[in-house]
Amino acid sequence: MSQQGIYINATCIIRHHSVDRNGQPVYAHEVPQADLQDFLRGLYDRFSGQYPKFHKMDLLSKLGWAATEILLQDMPMDQYTPEDTGVILANASSSLDTDEKYFDTVQEIASPALFVYTLPNIVIGEISIRHKFKGENAFFVAERFDIPFVTGYAAQLLESGAVKAVVCGWVEQYHASHEAAFYLMETAPRGMALPYSAETAEKLYR
Amino acid sequence: MEKLMQDLKVQIIQQLNLQEVKPEDIGDDQPLFKEGLGLDSIDALELIVLLQQYHNIRIAKPEDGPNIFYSIRTMAEYITAEKAKQA
Repeated sequence: MSQQGIYINATCIIRHHSVDRNGQPVYAHEVPQADLQDFLRGLYDRFSGQYPKFHKMDLLSKLGWAATEILLQDMPMDQYTPEDTGVILANASSSLDTDEKYFDTVQEIASPALFVYTLPNIVIGEISIRHKFKGENAFFVAERFDIPFVTGYAAQLLESGAVKAVVCGWVEQYHASHEAAFYLMETAPRGMALPYSAETAEKLYR
Repeated sequence: MEKLMQDLKVQIIQQLNLQEVKPEDIGDDQPLFKEGLGLDSIDALELIVLLQQYHNIRIAKPEDGPNIFYSIRTMAEYITAEKAKQA
């Protein structure tokens, strides 16, 4: 059953080196077996650019950051105050990929640049810095993408009036394995303007 | 000194992963932080690591950091002075 006054206004799904936005394919890397780093650089060049900090991010942050860039294409957020925008994300591997890379550097000189990415919620920070989000945020680690829980959590924030817009979803990366499924949920309809229900969110993920 | 400054620019780009910056984009006297290259506090730590890894120099007084890392030239001058002490 859909929840009144809450809408899924945009989606971005990244998996297998390709990207769907609002259910439509918008990008496929020219080399299907490309290195993940190269694939994410391709997304940056195609959908963003002009943000040198991107290159310093770990792969998890790059993936989440790029997914948000694509999600918010033609969906300006400047009508909101920073405190009205939240980010709720989840994944299975936490920041393990970067944790391992950091551990390798500890054998000689520990890398400060890697150390700062040894938490999974840093990706929320990178997204928030980029888009000036200062509202509620949370990062959950679970074995699988529990769509009713993650989108339901976002819906509750919207329903309670804590925020007016939420970027929420799944951002999973470990070695070359990667998947992002992001939703823009808001109290006002625009874009796809699908009334929110967990069932709708699940259909959009497939 | 010129060779050292050129090497430093390449090393900084590599160490800090400045993929959209070329060595010739970095001026010898351009401030590295804030209005210059826009480096941040994590980058400052990476520059300390760079000095250790590439030049085998440990900064004895952390409070000297802002002066040492002000520009490519100040870094090169510091390295040259420290190498002379080691010789």
